[in-house]
Amino acid sequence: MKNVDLVIIGGGPAGLAAAVAARKNGVQDILILERDSELGGILNQCIHNGFGLHTFKEELTGPEYAARFIAQVQELGIEYKLNTMVLDLAADKTVTAMNKSDGLFQLHPKAVILAMGCRERPRGALNIPGYRPAGIFTAGTAQRLVNMEGYLPGRRVVILGSGDIGLIMARRMTLEGAKVLCVAELMPYSGGLKRNIVQCLDDFDIPLKLSHTVVDIQGKERVTGITIAQVENGKPIPGTEEHYDCDTLLLSCGLLPENELSRAAGVALSPITGGPSVNESLETNIPGVFAAGNVLHVHDLVDYVSEEAGAAGEHAAAYILKGEHAAGRTLPVRCENGVRYTVPTAIRPDCAGDTVTLRFRVGGVYKNKKIAVYLGDTCIFSRRRPVLAPGEMETVRLKADLLRGAGDAVTVTLEEG
Amino acid sequence: MEKRELICIGCPMGCALTVELDGGAVVSVRGNTCPRGDAYARKEVTAPTRIVTTTVRVTDGVLAAVSCKTRGDIPKGKIFDIIRALKAVEVAAPVVIGQVILPNAADTGVDVIATKNVEKRG
Amino acid sequence: MHDIIIIGAGVSGCACARELSRYNADILVLEKEEDVCCGTSKANSAIVHAGYDAANGSLMAQLNVEGSRRMPALAKELDFAYDQCGSLVVCLSEDDRPALQKLYENGVANGVEGLRIVERDELVTMEPNIADTAVAALWAPTGGIVCPFGLTYALAENAAKNGVQFRFDTKVTGLHPLPGGGWQVDTDRGSCQARCIVNAAGVYADTLHNLADAAHPMKITARRGDYFLLDHTAGQHVRHTVFQLPGKYGKGVLVTPTVHGNLLVGPTAIDVDDKEATATTAAGLDEVRTKSGLAVKDIPLRQTITSFAGLRAHEARHDFFIGEIAPGFVDCAAIESPGLSSAPAIGAMVAGIVRDSLQLKENPAFDPIRKGILDPKALDFAARAELIKQNPAYGQIICRCESVTEGEIIDAIHRTPGARSLDGVKRRTRAGMGRCQAGFCSPRVMEILARELGVAQSEITKSGGDSKIIVGTNKDAF
Repeated sequence: MKNVDLVIIGGGPAGLAAAVAARKNGVQDILILERDSELGGILNQCIHNGFGLHTFKEELTGPEYAARFIAQVQELGIEYKLNTMVLDLAADKTVTAMNKSDGLFQLHPKAVILAMGCRERPRGALNIPGYRPAGIFTAGTAQRLVNMEGYLPGRRVVILGSGDIGLIMARRMTLEGAKVLCVAELMPYSGGLKRNIVQCLDDFDIPLKLSHTVVDIQGKERVTGITIAQVENGKPIPGTEEHYDCDTLLLSCGLLPENELSRAAGVALSPITGGPSVNESLETNIPGVFAAGNVLHVHDLVDYVSEEAGAAGEHAAAYILKGEHAAGRTLPVRCENGVRYTVPTAIRPDCAGDTVTLRFRVGGVYKNKKIAVYLGDTCIFSRRRPVLAPGEMETVRLKADLLRGAGDAVTVTLEEG
Repeated sequence: MEKRELICIGCPMGCALTVELDGGAVVSVRGNTCPRGDAYARKEVTAPTRIVTTTVRVTDGVLAAVSCKTRGDIPKGKIFDIIRALKAVEVAAPVVIGQVILPNAADTGVDVIATKNVEKRG
Repeated sequence: MHDIIIIGAGVSGCACARELSRYNADILVLEKEEDVCCGTSKANSAIVHAGYDAANGSLMAQLNVEGSRRMPALAKELDFAYDQCGSLVVCLSEDDRPALQKLYENGVANGVEGLRIVERDELVTMEPNIADTAVAALWAPTGGIVCPFGLTYALAENAAKNGVQFRFDTKVTGLHPLPGGGWQVDTDRGSCQARCIVNAAGVYADTLHNLADAAHPMKITARRGDYFLLDHTAGQHVRHTVFQLPGKYGKGVLVTPTVHGNLLVGPTAIDVDDKEATATTAAGLDEVRTKSGLAVKDIPLRQTITSFAGLRAHEARHDFFIGEIAPGFVDCAAIESPGLSSAPAIGAMVAGIVRDSLQLKENPAFDPIRKGILDPKALDFAARAELIKQNPAYGQIICRCESVTEGEIIDAIHRTPGARSLDGVKRRTRAGMGRCQAGFCSPRVMEILARELGVAQSEITKSGGDSKIIVGTNKDAF
């Protein structure tokens, strides 16, 4: 196997954007390893529109958005291998992978970009009691069956979880002829985008039951019914049970970064996001191993994935072409007052370009707050936000110059606005 | 004077909009942060429209279905007419993005176009 | 007329089938489900008990110790996953010492080898996550863990290789003695006859028993056990099977590594009326959650990938019931825990009874060897590379979580008896058994099943019967 400078694990939106950026920044030998039979990742099954408003200034569907990046990858002559599974990433960046035509092979790249995306939290992880019949799907699995294969996985559907995929699938199932009886959400707010609640539920009179969860699944072979109940402090309230005759339960209860390879390589992971802890260059604790997209932290919009992955591609190119940064001092990034996590978790001001992008999510719904960023005791950024919600990712761009002042840590916080 | 509360779907911001109507005519729109919000509110209370995205069957393709969408907005009330019109549609691979799958779908004047390339099988 | 009909294709029925295939006999196994290993055998603790628990002098004690002793050689012969990791029964209070001593003595009397009481200091080095309250434990080095599916499929495949026929989706509805000896078995798919019946019907063994010998009725109660299965990341939390000695703090649950590197926690013991009631309940899962922490601390239950429940065939005397209760009718009933551990001995015992009853002759062509499904992960780099060169299907990963290849799935489908459903593939290959619980791979496995079995993808089920995955095509209702 010919050796390459940069291996990108994953050919979804993050991997594609990272590859394009790395090539544009001078890396010649790039190889994308994609486990599916086509490039584009999860975008291929996200056939709804709403992608690309930031990147392309127009509203595209998932496959269309993916196609634009795939076209760039092909025009730039970037190599990729499909149906190829990476089996192992070693601490020395040795990549072990296999497919049917090349067999089992190893690569020893100078740099690696982790772009494996995320997976859905399954029923087992939710501890829903009841039987384990056919008819229980994660929303993403149902999405693949309906959108790529044209198969209907159910006719009367209850959806647990109001994450975006759950909302989108409520509409998709309805449009393909199923009856969606309700969407139950454990939290008192939806984890999805507001526009999806309007367009996917309200348009079709599908009730959204906040502070509700599934307490029983009936049916030995195929689902025959679902019982939901209202919850208080995470516990079902006896007497509030509602029964639905249905044949399907879709689960949209959160996404988890897919970091088995990262963990095996010794990449330090954040206990909050489940993704790698990275610095301002999106580099993990292993020099030359970068991460971007949903493998790093789950994004709300693919546009931000592309942007972040583009940055990872640039940084990987700099690493390959110029070698490691002389690091200088490192500022840890701390979260306070409802800020759940940040990406990055550390900033080396001397390694940053003109700006440092900080992304984060909040842990609850907040109104009329101000996002504030401090270097030591000095406020270096603040912006008013009328509404902040866990379903939406926040982005802050800091001028790198401001990070060169006094102070040994950066703090991101919410203040009364 | 009638008041309607809406959530703007123009972008992921999801601004909470308040529209005042007088006899079906829009008097004012508040709560929007950009002109698109104003336009959305005016349209949503008078003639709401949507983009429809769905799939149609593919013959001889590497996939059994291809995703498609209405090229532009269609009246909200026509969503299921378009779905029904697409039920019998089958398209032969290869399919390319932008290819017209169904012209003038359900007499909306809007074409349904493919949103994915599907290569021929084999 | 068949020589022998075995009713039930769980681990007991398959062990009987395999041991009986050593003889020249026409053997048929009837199973109401679509596959082998669909009842108690698929949802249990996957433990090979050393044999100190069962009351001295009971059949259970005898067969447990013997089954456990046979297991290592059987695992080699039939190529299934087994690990003699040893087990600990943890005593949480000085008050309970007498009970620990009694358990030790019972084990010694049962003939369990290597038993020893270990004190806290040693216990902590053996099991760093042991509870702070643990004072001592009974150490049983011959205790082990096994893949319950692997064991059952291995027995079934070896039986089939030696001529045993399996008929699935066939439920026994009636049983009649024939005038000239032997029995007629009525099923929902016609009748068949045999000189001898083996009743290995698990939780339904009482129904068959009572048809054969109404004068001495049996009652089997389905006793439900709820479990949590944790991800590989939690698999090292304990190194041995850890039981809690029933005592001052009540009766606990076991915490054990599995042969595939997961952590298993459970079970409850809840008697249920419905013998199909394998649903977990919130109360049951809560009970496991609470009790799991008694003997082992800091169990990362957040890494649970699935929870499930199985039913044990409990009979009031709490002993196995094996014997020829009517001419040509052999019970293999009331096989509750440690039934899995005892299976090799149960099979041998039942085979002996049937052999004597029918005067069977040895089958000189009997082949005791069965090769399991090849696991490419167990090969070194060069061997795995060569395998893929020989058969590219081993180069295509289908289940990402458990790294299962298309080659393994195709193998599972074409075995006898082979996989016909998603669960059948899952139990044989572990595809869909991992942290995403088949989210990614189920559409792919459906494709492979459809292709290899020559049926439409829409016909593929999760576990036979009405458990279809797909109910229609887009827009078919408009």
